[in-house]
Amino acid sequence: MAMFEGWDAVVLARAQFAFTMSFHIIFPAFSIGLASYLAVLEALWLWTGREVFINLFNYWLKIFAIAFGMGVVSGIVMSYQFGTNWSAFSDKTGPIIGPLMAYEVLTAFFLEAGFLGVMLFGLERVGHKLHFFATLMVAIGTLFSAFWILSANSWMQTPTGYAINEAGQFIAADWWKVIFNPSFPYRLVHMVLAAYLTTALVVGAVGAWHLMKNSHLPGPRVMFSMAMWMATLVAPLQILAGDQHGLNTLEHQPAKLMAMEGHYQSHPDGAPLILFGLPNQKEARVDYAVEVPKLGSLILKHNPNAPLAGLDTIPRENWPPVPVTFWSFRIMVGIGFLMLGLGLLSLIMRWRGQLYQSRFMHVFALAMGPSGFIAVLAGWVTTETGRQPFTVFGLLRTSDSVSPLAAPAVASSLIAFGIVYFMVYLAGAIYLMRLMASPPHHGEEGPRGDVPARAAGITPASGVAAHGLQS
Amino acid sequence: MIDIAIVWAFIIAFAVFVYVVMDGFDLGLGMLFPLFPKKEDRDVMMNTVAPVWDGNETWLVLGGGGLMAAFPLAYAVLMPALYTPIIIMLLGLVFRGVAFEFRWRTTRERNLWDIAFAGGSLLATLSQGIALGAILQGVTVSGRHYGGGWWDWLTPFSVLTGLALVAGYGLLGATWLILKTEGELRERAYGLSWWLLFAMLGAIGAVSLATPFLDAEYARRWFAWPNVLFSAPVPIAVAAVTILLLRALAAKQDFRPFFLSLALFALSYAGLGISMWPYIVPRSITIWQAAAPDSSLVFMSYGFAVLVPVILGYTAWAYYVFRGKVQAGAGYH
Repeated sequence: MAMFEGWDAVVLARAQFAFTMSFHIIFPAFSIGLASYLAVLEALWLWTGREVFINLFNYWLKIFAIAFGMGVVSGIVMSYQFGTNWSAFSDKTGPIIGPLMAYEVLTAFFLEAGFLGVMLFGLERVGHKLHFFATLMVAIGTLFSAFWILSANSWMQTPTGYAINEAGQFIAADWWKVIFNPSFPYRLVHMVLAAYLTTALVVGAVGAWHLMKNSHLPGPRVMFSMAMWMATLVAPLQILAGDQHGLNTLEHQPAKLMAMEGHYQSHPDGAPLILFGLPNQKEARVDYAVEVPKLGSLILKHNPNAPLAGLDTIPRENWPPVPVTFWSFRIMVGIGFLMLGLGLLSLIMRWRGQLYQSRFMHVFALAMGPSGFIAVLAGWVTTETGRQPFTVFGLLRTSDSVSPLAAPAVASSLIAFGIVYFMVYLAGAIYLMRLMASPPHHGEEGPRGDVPARAAGITPASGVAAHGLQS
Repeated sequence: MIDIAIVWAFIIAFAVFVYVVMDGFDLGLGMLFPLFPKKEDRDVMMNTVAPVWDGNETWLVLGGGGLMAAFPLAYAVLMPALYTPIIIMLLGLVFRGVAFEFRWRTTRERNLWDIAFAGGSLLATLSQGIALGAILQGVTVSGRHYGGGWWDWLTPFSVLTGLALVAGYGLLGATWLILKTEGELRERAYGLSWWLLFAMLGAIGAVSLATPFLDAEYARRWFAWPNVLFSAPVPIAVAAVTILLLRALAAKQDFRPFFLSLALFALSYAGLGISMWPYIVPRSITIWQAAAPDSSLVFMSYGFAVLVPVILGYTAWAYYVFRGKVQAGAGYH
């Protein structure tokens, strides 16, 4: 345990939560988007009968199966981690966070898991309409899941509708206000759009990779075109949603916004926008700042001369760690604008009829493939670090939330998670890449690819006929 | 007036039991993997649970999440008390869960993922059984926190309950294979079921004998008059189910052994309930002390009443879709 010498149990518990959470969130971010994409592909197949759609469906279904499985197992870890490492938090917030998560399990997890088997293996057994219904249920389940867990997280950021009982627990005074707390609608929209963008960029990168080798393949052409439409349309929406989310943060969690902007000092007559710099938490200033005068006030207050308070108005023991929040925010925003650029470029290329030929376009899309994951992680680091030093903003300090743990116990489990996740996720990433490395082909099989697939089911018409023959 | 804390105690107990019923055979089948070295057999074994394991495991999330929601104090005390077994269980579940998909994506490392599947199932089962024993033997509580040490969970008794669960899940896995497979695989599952049944009965006996020595209250609960009127039917029913199960195995009735094994689990579970009632952390915290305020329990009750029947409905449908014996090489295509 020498590597964690000098770390206390609180820091170790936070490191463990950050580590397991970061590994978890990339899978839901991908599977929320991919489940919806699969539903769209299957709908298009049923509607048009074109073979390319069922090939794409089966191709991405195999990838979905792996990503979903990894999301499930890392998610179970999360549901127990509240108790193992954050037992004081669980006792105090259990009456509010617990029911929200119970609703997530009841409305979302069961729905996804219950219909997943049919979605993965059941096309031949239940017929096309019921199978499409199963796909839809899985897709809807992923969205329900986002609804509840983001409500729970948002309540920790902007708690409303609660009272405190004699045991010191938060209890619900008004469930409507608990669920629809002030930051929830913004966070929900921002995250679901992020999931769709993340998936679109992965799909686009895989399409681009195969188009670079052969620009005539029908599968890669269709997926690339769909993904680029998604980037074109959703990236600007996401920037708009992010801006609104930021204004909401200014209103309800000003300290977080000050940290994101690097505003240690108050600016009574117009705050600058600090583009880059090195936040110096000790001296409470941003070193080597590159800034645009008055732009900060213009963006946040829509008036270049509006006064803007800084962290100097907040007691120092309530400051979030500015350097992490400041930089993770910039990474997220930077990637967001790159996505916008990709979407616009694809529109131009489409206009000129070069979408499937332009090598630059494809290299750009390929490079942007993993960017959604990085942006999602950076965004979560911004909002979670910006909430510090509280777990329930302004009400429950992180240091009062932790389990009565001895540091060596947490350090051991952190090392165990590190080793296991490294092995499992590395293998998973390799298998996913391997699937993505070959293009979707004629007669693409479902998730049990080593078993010879029947010829039936390639088009709805022949599938229905074959299904009729079987039954 | 309904006591909503009692209702939720039964709901959490129900969720945990459904988890044991549904994931028990998945994990049991995983532990039996090393005894079936042929790739074709393993393919079939995995395919019997591949479409449903995910839903089965969701009940574990409901058990954990539900405990936090309905009895936050118990969750906050028990999780740190069971820190090591819970972490090991989670890591075991990670290995066996990813193996479901990974082993189909590789030929070179297939053996590796088979080991992960079997080892993960064993670790998860063992730690669940140990956790159960650790709860039964009682945990140290100080104020609203766990007050014991980091190795309190490890005692001869908790190791015994751990091994008991390995035997029990093994029996569920073997009888599930009888139900879902045919040919040589089914024959071998019959052979294993005999051994596993005797192991499980031995384990039930050993745990039942050891429990009264943990605490005088357990002994009073089981043997004092008039409690014995309520407790005596349990061992009698265990004997009856055992006889039926032995006959079903001897007569090779494919359908019955699995459900009779589940009946054994239900009876053992009822026995646990008799021992623990009305505590949720034995002899420290009752269900009323741990219960969340009514505003939380009532809010969840609506959802539970509406959603759980729907969940059971579509879960049953999924099992129905994948009903019948699984053939070698057929997968689920």
